[in-house]
Amino acid sequence: MHLYMTSHKSFGSFSLSTDFTVSGDRIGIFGTSGSGKSTLVSMLAGLTDPDSGEILLNGDCLFSSAKRVNLRPEQRRIAMVFQQHCLFPHLNVRNNLLYGFKRCPSELRTIDIDTLVAVLKLDGLLDRGVTNLSGGEKQRVALGRAILANPRLLLMDEPLSALDDALRFQIIPYLKSVSEKFDIPYLFISHSLLEMRLMTDTVLAFEKGTMTGQTTSDQLARNRMGLSSVGYINLLELGRSAPISGLFAYPWGASQLLLSSGSEQNESMAELSSKDIILFKHHPEAISARNLLECSVRSLFNSGRKVGVVMDCAGNTLIAEVVQDAVDELGITPGCTIYAAIKASAFRMLPN
Amino acid sequence: MTPLSPTDYDAIRLSLQVAVAATLLSLPFGFAVAYLVTFVKFRGKVLLEVFINMPLTLPPVVVGYFLLLLLGKHGWLGNLLNEAGIRLIFTLKAAVIASAIVGFPLLVRSLRICMEGIDPQLISASRTLGARWYDTLLSVILPLSVPGLTAGSSLMFARSLGEFGATIIVAGNIPGVTQTIPLAIYEYASSPTSENMALTLCLVSVAISIVVLFLHEMMAKKMAQRS
Repeated sequence: MHLYMTSHKSFGSFSLSTDFTVSGDRIGIFGTSGSGKSTLVSMLAGLTDPDSGEILLNGDCLFSSAKRVNLRPEQRRIAMVFQQHCLFPHLNVRNNLLYGFKRCPSELRTIDIDTLVAVLKLDGLLDRGVTNLSGGEKQRVALGRAILANPRLLLMDEPLSALDDALRFQIIPYLKSVSEKFDIPYLFISHSLLEMRLMTDTVLAFEKGTMTGQTTSDQLARNRMGLSSVGYINLLELGRSAPISGLFAYPWGASQLLLSSGSEQNESMAELSSKDIILFKHHPEAISARNLLECSVRSLFNSGRKVGVVMDCAGNTLIAEVVQDAVDELGITPGCTIYAAIKASAFRMLPN
Repeated sequence: MTPLSPTDYDAIRLSLQVAVAATLLSLPFGFAVAYLVTFVKFRGKVLLEVFINMPLTLPPVVVGYFLLLLLGKHGWLGNLLNEAGIRLIFTLKAAVIASAIVGFPLLVRSLRICMEGIDPQLISASRTLGARWYDTLLSVILPLSVPGLTAGSSLMFARSLGEFGATIIVAGNIPGVTQTIPLAIYEYASSPTSENMALTLCLVSVAISIVVLFLHEMMAKKMAQRS
């Protein structure tokens, strides 16, 4: 997917200006509330007209004030998944799913309904009304409905923000797998850095109606580490756990981590804040933290008043944050060996 | 209680005919106007709203008089219709038009309240899924407006049953032709010997109103259960 968008839109005292070209299938739009994300999405979908500018998707002109082109929403083939599911309450699950499919030109009806229903695990729900579905089921139906329309681009406007944590992490694999399986690129809009890291490769960051940068989701997290109250969140892919003296031992690459909470699952993902890692220059004689990892420093980066230390721990990457004085006192330089201590309780398991 | 006379039966039949016809005639226009004022941005919207709601605030007799000016033999529209061989004044059609105009704001209000409750994002979702505006209108807005249509129709039907002022001006009070229940009651009440007959028709009127309100409540409950 190749998107070019240069546009301007004013609403009273708020104005949004965009000027970017982006390529890829997993694009993120990141920004706090009021940064203009939803206006941008609305302009892309054709629901709001820019005051001026040009929007090109894969070379096709969707809007051009100079050429007086403005394709209607139904002509753009850009489907949306909204923050609230926005399912049609008078239709059952099957008819909601088929709404866009029926309106798709026959040559574009290439998505197999049965496969989609199986991927989204909607088999038993097809004849049910949508009002009695759970939040996660509703969002899966909304996703299926958008995919069946076989769009050129799928816009996901904070589709997880109305869900609680457990549901959010249940839906993320569906969002990713469906767009990959049916080869539909997406633009994922969120104010959550964690969602950006899990869902996107390239991120366009917005602030107060202006684009502040285009970067990778990991680089964005690093840039914001010093400004964020939770620091940089390390996402750790862990193997199957085994209980050891009241804790859970998880394989992490060639290392092993001890966590205070867990369950015996095949694979899990845990998050660890850069603030919860203590660095030692030499191996400490005794320490209460249950995880002590020997790492080699790959690089250092500055973020706000903090320094991020990127470490290689037996092939895995871990980022800790320290202040500049600590860097100087410990003599941390790229290539040096360092010990990272982490309490077993510092990890937070992400729901599977 | 005095038994109903053949003229009374005619009045009941005509009342129901006028109310049903006025309601059915108004439905498509009411839906279109409610859609316009709820979803479409255009100049003169406030003017249109004022114009539609005027029969609510004007005395029905005034509405009737304006209709007489418009549809009468020398009226702007009446003249044209006359040339085409169509006569409206002092016919049942005039009673239907009078009832439709007086009850129209009630229908539009009910529909508008219902349409304003439709999540605009449902409309956006429909459009991004490939529906044109009229497709969205028929496949999303119309089905979701059914409670408003039902409530508005009930109100309009009830209002039409009670319509008096505008009807007597444009349709007259001709027994068996344009005389509806309110007009018959008026005639009985004007005569010192027909008080009992007036009371009988009043009771009939009460019975019809109860049936209409009962049906309305039943339908509203059913729709609430379904949603």
